[in-house]
Amino acid sequence: MNYIEHIGKYYLMLKQTFRKPQKWSVFRETLFKEIEDLGLKSIGIITFISFFVGGVVAIQTALNVDSPFIPKYLIGFATKRSVILEFAPTFSSVILAGKVGSYITSSIGTMRVTEQIDALEVMGVNSLNYLVLPKIIAALFFYPILVLFSMTLGIFGGWAAGLVTDLFYSTDYVIGIQEDFNPFLITYAMIKSTCFAFVIATIPSYHGYFVKGGSLEVGRASTRAVVWTSVVIILMNYFLTQMLLG
Amino acid sequence: MIEVKDLCKEFNGVPVLKGISATFEEGKTSLIIGQSGSGKTVFLKSLLGLHEPEKGTIAYDGRIYSELSIKEKRNIRKEMGMVFQGSALFDSETIEANVMFPLKMFTDQTVEEMRDRVNTVLKRVNLENVNQKYPAQLSGGMQKRVAIARAIVMNPRYLFCDEPNSGLDPTTSILIDNLIQEITDEYQMITIINTHDMNSVMEIGEKIIFLKDGLKAWEGTHNDIFKTDNKVITDFVYSSNLFKKVRKALLNEK
Repeated sequence: MNYIEHIGKYYLMLKQTFRKPQKWSVFRETLFKEIEDLGLKSIGIITFISFFVGGVVAIQTALNVDSPFIPKYLIGFATKRSVILEFAPTFSSVILAGKVGSYITSSIGTMRVTEQIDALEVMGVNSLNYLVLPKIIAALFFYPILVLFSMTLGIFGGWAAGLVTDLFYSTDYVIGIQEDFNPFLITYAMIKSTCFAFVIATIPSYHGYFVKGGSLEVGRASTRAVVWTSVVIILMNYFLTQMLLG
Repeated sequence: MIEVKDLCKEFNGVPVLKGISATFEEGKTSLIIGQSGSGKTVFLKSLLGLHEPEKGTIAYDGRIYSELSIKEKRNIRKEMGMVFQGSALFDSETIEANVMFPLKMFTDQTVEEMRDRVNTVLKRVNLENVNQKYPAQLSGGMQKRVAIARAIVMNPRYLFCDEPNSGLDPTTSILIDNLIQEITDEYQMITIINTHDMNSVMEIGEKIIFLKDGLKAWEGTHNDIFKTDNKVITDFVYSSNLFKKVRKALLNEK
């Protein structure tokens, strides 16, 4: 199937998805479940990665600014900028594309191949609206929070790395992270993470919903979903950066 | 009544259904039989609205499906119950949640009322004390019965079953067949079953439609099957030596 056909099917899927929920109480229940599955259960991996990535960025910067003419507070400044601009929104999103994306594709794909989606349709349920909309809303609501959390932990990880390695002083680092603070960068990161959240929720849903075959195909669809979600995130990152900061 | 007229369906240019016409009446159990690949499942899924036919019409009590809006189609589907071949139970939900799902989605009943209704239909399919179990904790026959309970919980007007006996032992198969027939009589539903099971054909086939290569090759009742000289149907139904002997014995008796 060619790419244009896939894109067309993806937009038709979104059209069916963005309908008024058939029963608000059921939607609310599903939404909370998705917030738990897609958001709360990702806190562990985001905590672990953000903390250590922040630490690595601080160590790398410290090792590369060894000149006495460069102020030490630059380590904190560079770590803050790197974490806020790229590592928290983009790196976390690529990680979530792997973790959450494969979960979404395999759960929806398994429902497809075991006829559970057909069962929903026969009952008169709009299966896309029932299955995908809560995932999109949960991701849009929770991923910016996760990214904020990731930023905080990344910067904290950089500070902790300084304490452990003695490559820079804590006071220099704290001065660095307070230096030239631009609130728009947070807005930029939030805009990016909201766009990425939409991609993470919808592309894997598309791959899961239209899977054909058996369990092997569900596995292949999960891999395809993770690859395509990551590709779209990277491309979108480029264009959003150009639009918002260029 | 469900009226099917000249139904045609193809996939990637390959015709699967080639102009099937049939009527299905209320309070009757109709069976669709045929070899694998004859178009039975496609026919059933077309009746359910899961496949859009290229040609022909399906009318549910006079309402032509292809002429309805998406909302009207969804409303007709609320009148349908379906038992899938693999049961299609939501495996992350308990049995109670599975059976309760249509009630939660389409009624304004309180939790207590829904629970009462769930217990009533589970009892009707001879299942008790399974409410808090998960589908994977039940046997194949029990899962089929849960699927039947979920299908009838909204008092459907139309009940569809895709090979309800597949993978079941003969005793459980007969139990499921009898259950479907009793429920059809009790609720005066229009029941259509896709099956390979010859026991079902002989026992509950009030109307039998035999499909071959996407065409309706024969139509009749289970009594007609004994008498017919139609080679296409006799070759299929009496393909085993045992059934040939049974038929011969029965015809000699008469």
